[in-house]
Amino acid sequence: MGFLDTLLGRTKPVQPKLDDLFALPSAAITLDAGAGFKPTGSGSVCFRPVEGRSFADVQKDVQELLDLSSGKEGGLPVEVTKDSYGFNWLVSSHLSDELDGLVTDLHAVNSSLVDNGFGPQLLCTLVAFTDDAERRLALIYLYKRGTFYPFAPLAGERRDNALELQVKGVIGDDLKFEPDLARWFPVWGAPGL
Amino acid sequence: MAARTRYAPDRGLTVRMTATMFLLGLVFVAFVAAIIGIGTAYHASSAAIVLFAVVLGGGFAIGSLFYSDKIALRTAGAREVTPQEAPELHGIVDRLCALADMPKPRVAISNSNIPNAFATGRNADHAVLCVTTDLMRRLEPEELEGVIAHEMSHVAHKDVQVMTAASFLAIIAALLIRVAFYGELFGGGGGRGRGGNNQNTAIIMFALMAVSIIVYAVSFVLIRMLSRYRELSADRSGALLTGQPSALKSALIKVSGQMSRIPNQDLRAAKPMNAFYFAPAMHLAPKGSLANVFSTHPSLERRIAELDKVQAQLNRTAG
Repeated sequence: MGFLDTLLGRTKPVQPKLDDLFALPSAAITLDAGAGFKPTGSGSVCFRPVEGRSFADVQKDVQELLDLSSGKEGGLPVEVTKDSYGFNWLVSSHLSDELDGLVTDLHAVNSSLVDNGFGPQLLCTLVAFTDDAERRLALIYLYKRGTFYPFAPLAGERRDNALELQVKGVIGDDLKFEPDLARWFPVWGAPGL
Repeated sequence: MAARTRYAPDRGLTVRMTATMFLLGLVFVAFVAAIIGIGTAYHASSAAIVLFAVVLGGGFAIGSLFYSDKIALRTAGAREVTPQEAPELHGIVDRLCALADMPKPRVAISNSNIPNAFATGRNADHAVLCVTTDLMRRLEPEELEGVIAHEMSHVAHKDVQVMTAASFLAIIAALLIRVAFYGELFGGGGGRGRGGNNQNTAIIMFALMAVSIIVYAVSFVLIRMLSRYRELSADRSGALLTGQPSALKSALIKVSGQMSRIPNQDLRAAKPMNAFYFAPAMHLAPKGSLANVFSTHPSLERRIAELDKVQAQLNRTAG
């Protein structure tokens, strides 16, 4: 924020960075090879809904678009859930080996929100992974930072920090990780995880 | 292009805020000119008094800026809480920070019967956000989020720094009034026999006091005006961030409705902190009354009218 904006007390809504999301499929291969975690095939986009008709229409269009594309391949329809913080999660489910398709779906949500001027409402995207021991892991993409961080929930709102740091080490430079650990915020009970 | 129109800055507000700051700057320049005028016309010793006031006032301003978080937390009797202690509150702050791309402030809770919230700290990295237990009890999660977004906008706009800088002039003027008052008292009483020189001192002191009083009065009104504009712009940024101006509106109405009833706790306990609060701890003045000129916060009607504009802006069809 510039000096003038400070003086005049105004903030410019932060526009999301979208391109880095496409690094995910190749990072998933590294993750599988290094730690045995495979994508579950589900992923979600989390965004803050705006009140009013305008945003509701955009959301409906996105949903119809995604349902159309998944219907062709016999996949599951997308679901929209609202969490206790008032954020909406649009969950898209694919087969576990269709990570490219999933990322394309998630990107379709992003770009329609951005095209309609609601880019600043995007919070994060989540792609779920699991290993043979059924441990859960999510790679979360922060739109405003253009960075990823791992999130491994355990029972009772605790998180497996060791696993998270291991995943960061395994993937290494394949993904742009969020350097500020304070921004690795938990998303308990996130849909799609 | 659509993005630009939907989140366009409020030009009217920008213009009014710029005008207020310009006037404040103008008062500052006039003040300095008057001091120099008094100094050269009468005696250089007045320059030393002014210097003393500037150093003392500057020290006070910097000190209060630097320790603003600690002072505020102590005044409000607030305690910092961990994510384990207050998971919902931290969850709201986490999400808003990620949405606004801001570093996360420390989170505190104050055990109080007044529904309120404030954010302070010398910069975004040292910011602390505090809500009262009563606010959390009274508001729905979305309303609470609106209030927190408003407070985080204060942090993003660096309002503590801006208001401290704006108050600097008033602090110096207030100090000078006091110095000149005692100077006149002692200068006048001390050496009646020494003639001309003594009379000079009395005139200097009187002139200093007169100028300081005018500067103090004018800058006081301007600072209050600036404070109200910054509240409006925090409302605006907060509502744009959450995308829910109506949740903020209903929070304002709930909180203000509560404020105008008789609270359980002594109001004096909350008053020194008013400038940083979400809604000040006093009865809201009726529309158009003189009290609005001296108030740190805009009237409820005004705040809601501005949020209505945000609502319309967000709902505008793109294209």
